[in-house]
Amino acid sequence: MKRTIFLLSTIFIATVSFAQITGDLSKRGGKATIAVPDFRGAGDAQNLMNTFNGTLWTELQNSGQLKMIPKTTYPLTVPQQPGDFRPPVNGRSAGPWLSDWSGPPVNTNYLAFGYTATQNGQLVLYGWLYDVQQANVTSAQLLAKVYVGSPDETGAKKVAQQFAADILKLFGAGSLMGTRIYFVSDRTGHKEIWSMNYDGSDQKQFTNYRSITTFPVASSDGTKIAFTTYPMRAASPGHPATEGQPKIYLHSLETGRKLVYLNQDASMTAASDFMPDNQHLLIYSTASTGISQIFITDMDGGGFHRITNTRSLEVEAKANPKTGADIVFLSGRGGTPQIYRMNIDGTDVARLTTGEGDCANPSWNPDGQHIAFSWTRGFEPGNFNIFIMDVASQELIQLTHGAGRNENPNWAPDGVHLVFASKRGRTSQIFTMLADGTGLQQLTTQGNNEKPVWTKGTQ
Amino acid sequence: MSATDRLHASKIAAALLVLTVAVVAPGCSKKVPPPPPPPPPHAAETAPSVARATINSFTAEPSAIERGQSSTLSWSISNATDMSIDNGVGAVQSQGQRQVFPTSSTTYTLTANGPGGSDTRTVTVSVNTPPAPPPAANNGPRLSSAEMLQQQSQDAFFDYNKNDIRADASEALTRDAGLLKQIFAQDPNFTVVVEGHCDERGSAEYNLALGDRRASAAKDFLVQLGVAGDRIKTISYGKERPQCTEANEECWQKNRRAHLSAGQ
Repeated sequence: MKRTIFLLSTIFIATVSFAQITGDLSKRGGKATIAVPDFRGAGDAQNLMNTFNGTLWTELQNSGQLKMIPKTTYPLTVPQQPGDFRPPVNGRSAGPWLSDWSGPPVNTNYLAFGYTATQNGQLVLYGWLYDVQQANVTSAQLLAKVYVGSPDETGAKKVAQQFAADILKLFGAGSLMGTRIYFVSDRTGHKEIWSMNYDGSDQKQFTNYRSITTFPVASSDGTKIAFTTYPMRAASPGHPATEGQPKIYLHSLETGRKLVYLNQDASMTAASDFMPDNQHLLIYSTASTGISQIFITDMDGGGFHRITNTRSLEVEAKANPKTGADIVFLSGRGGTPQIYRMNIDGTDVARLTTGEGDCANPSWNPDGQHIAFSWTRGFEPGNFNIFIMDVASQELIQLTHGAGRNENPNWAPDGVHLVFASKRGRTSQIFTMLADGTGLQQLTTQGNNEKPVWTKGTQ
Repeated sequence: MSATDRLHASKIAAALLVLTVAVVAPGCSKKVPPPPPPPPPHAAETAPSVARATINSFTAEPSAIERGQSSTLSWSISNATDMSIDNGVGAVQSQGQRQVFPTSSTTYTLTANGPGGSDTRTVTVSVNTPPAPPPAANNGPRLSSAEMLQQQSQDAFFDYNKNDIRADASEALTRDAGLLKQIFAQDPNFTVVVEGHCDERGSAEYNLALGDRRASAAKDFLVQLGVAGDRIKTISYGKERPQCTEANEECWQKNRRAHLSAGQ
């Protein structure tokens, strides 16, 4: 619940036009403020402090949870450990004190401080978070923790991320530590599934089918991935190797191995979403009807059951992650592809978008109340932008505004970040941003990269 | 003509000759007394001043041509006053050449008439008619069914976000149906794949389903024209295999298509 409030406050700070959620608007300007002076390192550790300080600042800033106080306002003397604080004597400063930070010109609510050193061949971080508006050091302390990493850039980055994650946890923000983004890349010459950390590091190839492998979806427990592949059929005399009809493949994310999934006989079948129970899969397929419809199956492909019953194209069904009782999906029943919702049994169908333009790629926020999707409204066909919608009220926020072609928004497990694909030059690349459209970061550069899915990660 | 008829005809000819001699005879200064020396048949013709028309040469070069080519007739005639070649050439001079364009083998007859008699000569220009083109499959090195399909099939094109068969697509598929029937007849194991493709503007997910509709609409059309449906498979590539990558309508139209390829 706390997370929901934070999400809404993030969104509505960016967009003031939704008068009816006045309760949340009281949060406007109420974002907690934090000061993060540069940490210093003892001895060799100082060489890693540029990396450390940069990472810590970026992680906190990009969380969208905190307002960063500019470093230019900070006092000259910065505490490095609790013992550095000296209460004023007879109203006169005796050294660094809480009011140096809570009062002007800094005016912060919180202060992160500490230092690093190398000990026994490891980089050790001593980190604290203080609520500087408290009267004394004891009541000010919110976090005091030691972090250990390798004595190199990687270690510096890691301890900074861990410290930031612990701070953010205090503000109700889910940490992105350990989360992993799966995506499609053609950098080998074939579209394959790849994965990377949420900051774009450690990019690894996951599949090697040497065909067209695309449309990944992941289970919410982070253990399985389903995607769509055109299985290659070997060459025979007089016939080159060709792709077969597209089918669903299921893999374990823990072992990487292919799992049993029985596809129906159909000209096309694509993975659409895992149900929140992680025991069922939503798919779209031409099986039994000859036109793409939405079905639900067990994890091995059994229990094949049809949900939609139309003569129009039905694709991209996504189950409400909170309830599993309703789904949003893309349907061409009105002529152009638009976003609809319905109950999981196919009843109570309602169109959510206005009918303008082409829609695509609905994705539920973990809160089960908001979706992100792409839409060409106001632009030529093909020029998609990212939108967020409150499903109950159908209120909209547009996050991109014509910078390239923006598709496949997908929420981070924290419900505050989005990953998406954008073609802003000659190639499509993967970006992350906050749910208010700020904090844009490009994660990929090599080849074309698309269809990102942000997973919890396996560890 | 029977033998009796031929005999009868020769009698008539003999009678005419006698009559001719009788008519011509009064103009002659020769005596026609009863007994010996038999008169020369035509004393006037032997006279040196009234020579008989003579064709010295009449040739066609070349004498054998391909249809559409020409041959040159050349001739040389003496002592003629009236000369002509039949088969549309008409009156000619005593020396000359004429190009002719016969469409089939033709025998030209040169007739030269003169006061001293006439002469004819014929020359034949033979025209080689090229053999009728064989069925395409036997033309030159034999094409495989897959090559035939690749070279002769036509794509069916679609409107944006549509899978209706337009008039131009209907024409293309009608020709494709004829081609497929021919290939299927000559190659009993051959199967075909109808690929459905889309332009880059729609989402990849929706285009997968739309490409499938295009492929199956094209297949249904072929089956209605009598092509064996069990030998046609469909596959949707959505927008994964564009044949044109520019961002303009001309290119997008090229990509919104159903395309035939050899199955396996």
